[in-house]
Amino acid sequence: MPSIATLLAGAGLSALAFSLWPVTTTPVAMTQESGPGPQVVRLDPAPFLHRLDGDWQREGRPVDAPVEMVTIPAPVEIMATPVSTGEYLLCVQAGACAAPSGPVDLAELPVTGVSWLDARAYAAWFSTETGESWRLPSDAEWAQAAGSLFRDDGLGIEDDPTNPATRWIAEYRQESALNRERDREIRPVGSLNVNELGVHDIGGAVWEWTSTCLRRIETDASGAILRESDSCGIYIAEGLHRAAIIEFVREPKSGGCSVGVPPDNLGFRLVRDLPETPGGAGGA
Amino acid sequence: MTTLPVSRRTILAGAAIAGALTQVRQAAAETKEVLTPAVATELTDLPRVKVKLVDPPFVHEHEQVATGGPKIVEFEMEIIEKKIKLDDSGAEYWASTFNGTVPGPLMVVHEGDYVELTLINPASNELMHNIDFHSSTGALGGGGLTQVNPGEKTILRWKATKPGVFVYHCAPPGMVAWHVVSGMNGAIMVLPRDGLKGREGEAVKYDKVYYIGEQDFYVPRDEAGNWKTYDSPGESYEDVVAVMKTLTPTHVVFNGAVGALTGDNAMTAKVGETVAFVHSQANRDTRPHLIGGHGNYVWATGKFNNPPEVGLETWFIPGGTAGLMVYTFEQPGIYAYVNHNLIEAFELGAAGHVMVEGDWNDDLMTQVLAPSAI
Repeated sequence: MPSIATLLAGAGLSALAFSLWPVTTTPVAMTQESGPGPQVVRLDPAPFLHRLDGDWQREGRPVDAPVEMVTIPAPVEIMATPVSTGEYLLCVQAGACAAPSGPVDLAELPVTGVSWLDARAYAAWFSTETGESWRLPSDAEWAQAAGSLFRDDGLGIEDDPTNPATRWIAEYRQESALNRERDREIRPVGSLNVNELGVHDIGGAVWEWTSTCLRRIETDASGAILRESDSCGIYIAEGLHRAAIIEFVREPKSGGCSVGVPPDNLGFRLVRDLPETPGGAGGA
Repeated sequence: MTTLPVSRRTILAGAAIAGALTQVRQAAAETKEVLTPAVATELTDLPRVKVKLVDPPFVHEHEQVATGGPKIVEFEMEIIEKKIKLDDSGAEYWASTFNGTVPGPLMVVHEGDYVELTLINPASNELMHNIDFHSSTGALGGGGLTQVNPGEKTILRWKATKPGVFVYHCAPPGMVAWHVVSGMNGAIMVLPRDGLKGREGEAVKYDKVYYIGEQDFYVPRDEAGNWKTYDSPGESYEDVVAVMKTLTPTHVVFNGAVGALTGDNAMTAKVGETVAFVHSQANRDTRPHLIGGHGNYVWATGKFNNPPEVGLETWFIPGGTAGLMVYTFEQPGIYAYVNHNLIEAFELGAAGHVMVEGDWNDDLMTQVLAPSAI
């Protein structure tokens, strides 16, 4: 359904994560606290079931993205918590980052009110500062790190080819349910929750930017991909549901949107690339 | 948060409220004097019906075409001052309400009926209140006869002689604007006895009716830009008036809060159902629009002795007016009902949703090519 909110949230309408779809979490992970750098969790390539990102169409009609086994291409270390306001402000002070539009008075809160461009600027600055290679995680990397806290986007409904409103109404009902249980408080980093991998703060009031561009995938009746197109400039933000947000947006929420539930706040965490270990293989 | 270290008692004695209290004393004298002849009026032959009001967006049960002659329709409303949450960003506001809701409930009577309202101002309130019915005749719409101090009640009867949807609101002298933008307004629908009629005299009937009360709020912020909160309405008065004078609302919402008519609270309809939307704005102009639908019959200024406009895209309701739109849904889906100043709709809150179930009509709309690469 075309709307103003859609423009801002991009594919946010169809990107709704709310179900109990089992996500098998088999990746090996360990927490490292060595050195002065941020606390990180290592993610090794190991296949896991994942509801793919993107807007999927089967024979021209929107459908749930398929669930497939995916494997991240190489081992990485992901920050155990989102970048905090205090950490981000160091980049602002250095003149390498723009001021966030979120609160700046509490250093321990996750930084919010940052655009994808801001997050990328921070990654570049932080890489220079540390001499390491830091970047935003991909959708699959973020999902693997989120582990059992990752929320499935699937609506799980039987589509009615003769009635597009069936899906719109199902989406709307699910968004309403999601809204009911939403926790809107921004809590200090590390305090919201922690999963089996030691990754904190998944799915609260802060959505996190990824390096994954919004893509549209067209399939035939069998699900075979006919065409795929990327919209880089619109990126996937992960949280209670996946949202597609334009790269310059810092404040995704609007008072009373037309349709679709926008993310509450935008923040991020980074991953550090590691040398690939022998035996780790495959790609998403 | 900056709050003044004063008690409710201090506030009551404070400058902001002293004016209101003085007015109460004047009003009490005035009321007794004027009410005397009214009591003598002979209406004993008319049947009386008692209506239980319901919270917006819903509307109490009523006949569209009146059976029988004029009645005395009894309503009771309690005035409740309460702190309400306007959005998810922490904005709170000391609302003054008719019956506990913003807007107050929609009342429905027929032309020629008598409206008899019992208005109660409980002792737990801080302020004096009254009610001005735009649909009534005389005494500042009844405002001059209904000023009640906390701990008082009053009964006003007036004859509904003008058919239409009309705003009612609180109007205590000197503080009218503040009370109105504190949520103290609602609407009454005076239906023609033989029901609504289109331009050719055809009957216009509805399967359901929703009442949307649009409200502009003016919430003060502190130096750091955070919403200020207060311990009582009186304490907020001066700050709120300062924001009001900017004529720039911080919120423009339907039914008292951002999102009050969305999600779980979205309005509902079915394809083929005819829905009447009563829309009031007691203070500011608005321009309702149903995204994906139309206004089949629209009384933008709300008065049924004028023929309705038909087939509209957007209609203009001047501040201080209620309007009526009637639409029969033709397609399923999620519709947005908005103030089509889209900044007010999507940035300040004036948007609601209608979830419509039914069969899709390919003739009316078909996606010939789903969005795909060029």
